[in-house]
Amino acid sequence: MNTFSYTRAGDVATAVREVAADGAAKCIAGGTNLIDLMKENVERPSRLIDITRLPLAEIQPSADGGLRLGALVTNTDVAYDAQVERRYPLVSKAILAGASPQLRNMATVGGNLMQRTRCYYFYDTATPCNKRQPGTGCAAIDGFNRMHAILGPSAQCIAVHPSDMCVALAALEAVVRVTGPGGERAIPFAEFHRLPGDTPHLDTNLAADEIITAVDLPPKGFAAHYAYLKIRDRTSYAFALVSVAAALEMDGDTITEARLALGGVAHKPWRDRDAEARLKGQSATRDHFQRAANALLRDAKGFGHNNFKIELAQRAIGRALRQAAAGEEHP
Amino acid sequence: MNNTPEHDAPMKPTASLPAKSRITLTVNGAAKPLEVAPWTTLLDALREYLELTGTKKGCDHGQCGACTVLVDGRRIISCLTLAIMKDGAEVTTVEGLVEGDALHPLQQAFVEHDAFQCGYCTPGQICSAVGLMTEGRAKTADDIRELMSGNLCRCGAYPNIVAAIEQVMHAGERGAGR
Repeated sequence: MNTFSYTRAGDVATAVREVAADGAAKCIAGGTNLIDLMKENVERPSRLIDITRLPLAEIQPSADGGLRLGALVTNTDVAYDAQVERRYPLVSKAILAGASPQLRNMATVGGNLMQRTRCYYFYDTATPCNKRQPGTGCAAIDGFNRMHAILGPSAQCIAVHPSDMCVALAALEAVVRVTGPGGERAIPFAEFHRLPGDTPHLDTNLAADEIITAVDLPPKGFAAHYAYLKIRDRTSYAFALVSVAAALEMDGDTITEARLALGGVAHKPWRDRDAEARLKGQSATRDHFQRAANALLRDAKGFGHNNFKIELAQRAIGRALRQAAAGEEHP
Repeated sequence: MNNTPEHDAPMKPTASLPAKSRITLTVNGAAKPLEVAPWTTLLDALREYLELTGTKKGCDHGQCGACTVLVDGRRIISCLTLAIMKDGAEVTTVEGLVEGDALHPLQQAFVEHDAFQCGYCTPGQICSAVGLMTEGRAKTADDIRELMSGNLCRCGAYPNIVAAIEQVMHAGERGAGR
């Protein structure tokens, strides 16, 4: 770990001022990803701004009838919040599919959005990585890429976003609230994370002088028909190879609205409006689900070790949609 | 390789190192004033400064759970926690679980069930299990397996660990029903 200085911010304005004043400073809350990356010398901040004492740890109803999750609420407190469990069980289920209880007790809403890829080449400072050090190349494209992207990659980067919670938030079309020197703004979830393109060092569209203050869940929680299906190498405490958040609105056996978001397959939680539109007005049959799954993966591309993810994702989508349509609890 | 100017910059001379800060942790019930650098983890503060070596350093990257302690009653990973950020907090380590001369019921159950072999992961397992009990989410053996998944045991004592926790969990339920 490099040496760094430390300050504790007492209010949001101070935190924004401090992060804006020093381009090499970083905010820290749970620290579960940042400290790990600092120990690996991947992150080398000049200064840590401790934001854990900012008043952003509340869950409260929002003006539009949704729910506002403060940026500093822990993953545990979101997952087990009575309102989240009742109205947004997809979010609870996705969070509880990730990490371990100890890490969920530390990790926060804002930090979950800001966590970085677990690509092993990104972590290994002895190898080239355009995300860690722009212009050096990508060791994963021709390397061991079993965990890597099959959708939306670029010639520069095939890393995937590791979050489970963010997959659920993408499906629910949450809104990220941020504050910068110019005031507040709201970023639709689909626009928060970026595809790698020619700028793989940028994970998100959060400006360097902004901090996340909350995530707003819209009124519609799809609590009657949802599923979060996570496929991984072991039953617990592992990142997703493929995960699927499925949320349906049903009128009898007819799907009136469908949301699908995938984790483990791209640089950001993956949505495909065209695949979702194919489900609208259809009956909830295996055949219709498979057609949507095939449409979603139509442009998927493997890099060798991860070719299996394409069929795995198609089948996972089918199963998640069946579970969501059935509307039962599927542990 | 790190070729950017930023990474090539020489290490800062010692004189300009950020100052250490005075903090106070309440560890196992006793106030402990400490001077820590910003980068001192809670794990290193406990082991190196307070000589509480019960808490173990396994992977030092938040993957094994050996360093699990309770901070303000919740189980957390002390290797990914900066001590300076926990100024004023209450920390419980495995050394703080005994009540007088009596082992904590979970410690006793681990002995009775032979829930370890080499013992290196055991303090983390036990602190984690104390946290699990407080949370009250585990009802079945499968719940215990899932909610203890952050604590690895490379000797493979898992069946006995689950049995030990199950015994204390069910004893608690019987106790509550009295």
